[in-house]
Amino acid sequence: MRIELVRRGERSAAMAYLSPLLALLLTLIGGALIVVVWRVVAADLSSPDSGGLAGALGKGCSDYGKFLYVFFIEPLTAMWSLEDLVAKATPIILVAIGLSLCYLSNTWNIGAEGQIAVGAIAGSFLPIFFPEAQGPFILPAMLILGMLGGMAYAAIPALLKIRFGTNEILTSLMLVYVAQLFLDWLARGPWRNPAGHNFPDSRPFDGDQLLPTLFGTNIRISILFVLVAAFAAWFLMRWTRTGFQIRVLGQAPRAGAFAGFSQNKMVLLTFLISGALAGLAGISEVAGPIGQLRTTVSPGYGFTAIIVAFLGRLNPIGAIFAGFLLALSYLGGEGAQIALGMSDQTTRVFQGMLLFFVLACDSFIFYRLQIVRRPVTQTQAVAS
Amino acid sequence: MTALMLEGILLTIITAATPLLFAAIGELVTERSGVLNLGVEGMMAMGAVIGFAVAHTTGSFGLGILGAIVAGMTMAALFGVVTLIFVANQVASGLALTLFGLGLSGLIGDAFVGVPGAGLARISIPVLSDLPVVGLLFRLDPLTYLAIAITIAVSWFMFRMRGGLVLRAVGDSHSSAHALGYNVIRVRFMAVLFGGACSGLAGAYLSLVYTPQWTQAMTAGRGWIALALVVFATWLPRRVLVGALLFGGVSILQLHAQALGVGVPSQFLSALPYLTTIVVLVIISRNRALVRANTPAALGQSFVPDR
Repeated sequence: MRIELVRRGERSAAMAYLSPLLALLLTLIGGALIVVVWRVVAADLSSPDSGGLAGALGKGCSDYGKFLYVFFIEPLTAMWSLEDLVAKATPIILVAIGLSLCYLSNTWNIGAEGQIAVGAIAGSFLPIFFPEAQGPFILPAMLILGMLGGMAYAAIPALLKIRFGTNEILTSLMLVYVAQLFLDWLARGPWRNPAGHNFPDSRPFDGDQLLPTLFGTNIRISILFVLVAAFAAWFLMRWTRTGFQIRVLGQAPRAGAFAGFSQNKMVLLTFLISGALAGLAGISEVAGPIGQLRTTVSPGYGFTAIIVAFLGRLNPIGAIFAGFLLALSYLGGEGAQIALGMSDQTTRVFQGMLLFFVLACDSFIFYRLQIVRRPVTQTQAVAS
Repeated sequence: MTALMLEGILLTIITAATPLLFAAIGELVTERSGVLNLGVEGMMAMGAVIGFAVAHTTGSFGLGILGAIVAGMTMAALFGVVTLIFVANQVASGLALTLFGLGLSGLIGDAFVGVPGAGLARISIPVLSDLPVVGLLFRLDPLTYLAIAITIAVSWFMFRMRGGLVLRAVGDSHSSAHALGYNVIRVRFMAVLFGGACSGLAGAYLSLVYTPQWTQAMTAGRGWIALALVVFATWLPRRVLVGALLFGGVSILQLHAQALGVGVPSQFLSALPYLTTIVVLVIISRNRALVRANTPAALGQSFVPDR
């Protein structure tokens, strides 16, 4: 007896909605395993007479209960952490919307983390060189520069792909390291605040150079960019010829080619859109929660956005829900670090596991599991 | 520059090339079977941390290496299940493996940060190692010899043995291989596991030999450079050897340049290996005929057998 994957007659609409939830459930089970094992190992190493294995297991389970609370519930119980949740979700969703378009067209931009950094650099140029600049135009100019910066940086792997056929996965990823090193140099070197006591930060932005907050909270107007971007991307994919081309070239490149759609054009377009949104996310971080240019401007939002794009089913609206969940994992990871003394890497383990399960569960949309009782199939008999 | 210094630099270049060689030769076999595993970085990180943890707690270098191989293979098996059995997208699954591996290695490695490692004695082959210039080739550590041996063995296996022919057939046209009666999924799974074992070894080399200690994210993009190396080598094992030395050379020379304090900011020098990778990829991919001649035709495509 064995278990086989069998193609469904048609795409399962129910599974399309259920698979992200199933993936989340499996991630929680995987998380439980990790927390319990972590507790058992830690107990055995530090104190051998802590009630033995059973005691450690019990402690692990109760820790997991605590972990679930700290990770998923506690961040939602205070106003300040809800505001923090929105602040963290904003850049993640912005980037994920752009990446969704890329991945739909079967183009692989995985360098959003670098495009975030370049967007932050390009936008920070104005307040750093014109510290006195104020007025209604300074912020829009910074945002546009940030988007152009991200766009230009994303254009590099796209153009290399179009012109030379260079693998965009590897080049876009390599450019992340380059951008981060360049940002590090700027923040420590030429763009460092002369009056900043040698801290590797730029001068703090102030006044009109910062994104305004909404309704007297700490939530900045960048959350509106998310809504606009999500709507625009949804409209593009649903109602325009370009969106149709993106989808066709992603699912059936040969059919697209016969229809006269240009693969190269779509590679460039999707890279430029995702680069612009990543750049916008970058400048929104430095002109928002951070308030100045630093050696690092993103704790991996560009990579988290990849997970968000898939968890949101490569749908701009789905990305919003998925983005909030992943933003929660950042807050939860910090909570677990403080309350349970777990490593700050807990967040990344959770995120990686989630993406794995999302991808695996997605195959249930087109396939179903079947238990086969035949002892040996014909092909196996030939092979052996 | 004295001959001794030059020899020292050459030795460090070989040391820097070894982990790249391990990871790239493993990924080459995986890709030849038609599977693109972008999780090399994650598997390496797990190999590095498990290798260090096992070697440190048991005091045995050999067990550490074994642990790293098992860790790399376990991660690869995870990838294999998701992409081969659940036919998930290989690119996305590889990214998931990298994110997961980097995170999990950080979680496990928390207890080992700042713990000094032991290092590994080099093997000196008596008479040969005293030769003037080529002598240094006979004074390397055992893992470097192993990496070279694996490369030669893979080259032999792939082009001189029946199994290698099957591997390439599966990677070029899974439908034809399936029609001939080969078990495509099984061949691919084994190739993925081999890649995982090699990546684990590469990680262990970093944490046990190269910088004998564990630090967070110590793989520093080497897994990605190894992936680029496979393209650079146009999927031919012997060219991986050349590529690994080239990339090892760039990363070591920029370190020496930083130490000498040439008038360039250190960040620019640190960016050199990544920029070199991009430039080399562009140069190789410009020659489309060369790339097409050896690229596994079914690379990255999922296979579901008709039953």
